[in-house]
Amino acid sequence: MDEQAPRLAVWKFASCDGCQLTLLDCEDELLSVAARLEIAYFLEASSAPGPGPYDLSLVEGSITTPEDLERIRHVRRVSRRLVTIGACATAGGVQALRDFAGVKEFASVVYARPDYIATLDRSTPISAHVPVDFELRGCPIDRRQLLEVISAFLAGRRPVVPAHSVCVECKARGNVCVMVAHGTPCLGPVTQAGCGALCPSFNRGCYGCFGPMESPNAAGLNHWLRGLGMSTPELVRIYRTYHATTEPFQRAAEEAEEHG
Amino acid sequence: MTHKTVRIGGLTRVEGEGGLVVHARDGRITGLELRIYEPPRFFEALLRGRGHTEPPDITARICGICPVAYQMSACQAIEAACGAEVTGPLRDLRLLLYYGEWIESHALHVYLLHAPDFLGYDSGIALAADRRDLVERGLALKKAGNELIAVIGGRPIHPVNVRVGGFYRVPARAELAPVAERLRRARDDALATVAWVAGFDFPDVEHDYRFLALSHPEEYAILSGGVATGDGRGTPEGFAVEDWPEHVIEEQVPHSTALHARLDGESGYLVGALARYALNAARLSPLAREAAAAAGLGPVCRNPFRAIVVRAVEIVHACDEALRILDGYTEPDRPSVPVEPRPGVGHGASEAPRGTLYHRYRLDEDGLVAEADIVPPTAQNQARIEEDLRDLLAPRLAPGLDPPETELAALCERAIRNHDPCISCSAHFLDFRLDRG
Repeated sequence: MDEQAPRLAVWKFASCDGCQLTLLDCEDELLSVAARLEIAYFLEASSAPGPGPYDLSLVEGSITTPEDLERIRHVRRVSRRLVTIGACATAGGVQALRDFAGVKEFASVVYARPDYIATLDRSTPISAHVPVDFELRGCPIDRRQLLEVISAFLAGRRPVVPAHSVCVECKARGNVCVMVAHGTPCLGPVTQAGCGALCPSFNRGCYGCFGPMESPNAAGLNHWLRGLGMSTPELVRIYRTYHATTEPFQRAAEEAEEHG
Repeated sequence: MTHKTVRIGGLTRVEGEGGLVVHARDGRITGLELRIYEPPRFFEALLRGRGHTEPPDITARICGICPVAYQMSACQAIEAACGAEVTGPLRDLRLLLYYGEWIESHALHVYLLHAPDFLGYDSGIALAADRRDLVERGLALKKAGNELIAVIGGRPIHPVNVRVGGFYRVPARAELAPVAERLRRARDDALATVAWVAGFDFPDVEHDYRFLALSHPEEYAILSGGVATGDGRGTPEGFAVEDWPEHVIEEQVPHSTALHARLDGESGYLVGALARYALNAARLSPLAREAAAAAGLGPVCRNPFRAIVVRAVEIVHACDEALRILDGYTEPDRPSVPVEPRPGVGHGASEAPRGTLYHRYRLDEDGLVAEADIVPPTAQNQARIEEDLRDLLAPRLAPGLDPPETELAALCERAIRNHDPCISCSAHFLDFRLDRG
């Protein structure tokens, strides 16, 4: 390996490990990626972490504990570029549902001695605490988009990741619209592309795991979804899952409640 | 009601961040704590009030390495609560999906996480610098598993095509043909993997385990079955999945966000590959049984370092059984069976790659989740892993011996990895502290 090879670090906060696993799921590319950069810190894959600084840090997971609040600041200090990977790091993840209920109640449901558990009231994205150079969406992220992000940073350019809705991907795949043809409720019109329109390809409505697209018209979609038989609680729940605390999906859930 | 959930319930990290603290006085271990400080995410609490269709997708997010296991245990628990059952070709499709996860997860563990321990490397990537052929074989195996999951589930991590009652769409026979082709090669690679890992140099250790695994009269249980327990001698005991709460109690320990599980009052039982093999080896496919015999495994394996051989045998079995189902596959006439919500309780368990994964849900009159209880494999194994570590360290800490801490730390990391507790834990054991007083 070239001594000047850029140094990559992969960090984990509150998460399922799936987004960092996506890097190991690049079976055909893993060894060639490993030849182009030095994988300096990746605990999931190696027991020999190298010291910082790092040229590119990929950060998975949300901030939920006092220690992690400190740790993310450290990660920022030792990283030239910091990219968040996935819904937890980018939007707080499914664990951000605590924000709506109160973490004390949540802890007492799960643990007999909640006082042993150190946790923050809210689950927050990385960008709430430190500057982020790029946010890659998805629960989980898409393998091809991850490779694009790594290639772009190696080349010193912005990643080419589309900001349009899942509907565009459905059209590109030649899918029949599940909402029009089958009356299946679908969040595709308000959800950012990236998955390749997976759910509609399986006759399922999109459930929004890539988060809101730029300026979505959720009020318009809600009207349509109600027409397809979705109740107000169902509407609220579908927005309050993996990107519950993003501003557009918060507003969409509130709009559903107001018109329910 | 809340009180009851608290006692049994407790979702912990399936994969987590951990450390180990050992206290020794005069050559005796006076305290040993496997610390799991993965931040809690409170899944059992956030599931309350969700629709009966939602737990398979939401609980998949507990673990990116074994999401299918979570989906399958969740689906079966909810179907049981609603009085529905998925059988025949739809159940076969579920098995196929699950075999894909076993192949993917085991190949990852064997090649990238565990084998480097035996060969003196820090990672699979470092191993690839010297033995690219081996790592490429492992990655090809892993890819075969991932492709099987993707063709049925849509994507390998958090598949989208699983629903309570079955699937959203079933694959056409033609879609599965290329996967079958790859699986045939994978089966050969899996056999070569067994022969390869069987030749490793294993520390001479045996533990007297109490095993727990699902057991099924016709299958090497993965998707469903009764619960079997035993020490590998004589006839195993057993109980039905719906009696799980009477036998397995979880308790909280201060040093961990994972709860410790006790079986019939005793702590330290083992789930996972060694347990499945000890209780169910007779129902492995003939090819997998041959491979196990050639690898010298015997009817029961009590050496945790050899779990890598058992996992390799399970990859052979998963490829073999997946091919059997694929060869006889005809498209089911409908993608799912109806599951009408009703108030009640349902239990579901399946064999995640790392061991038995139990779910219980109580649904209310509106078909919403009123209570959720999830017992992941790592919570069950945590106490037993601590005992493995005690057994391993005790003779090395005897008075007069003074092995370097780095050596002890490396040995402990290996002993933990033997049980594939979780992917980040498996390589994240740097925080080793030894207090000799």
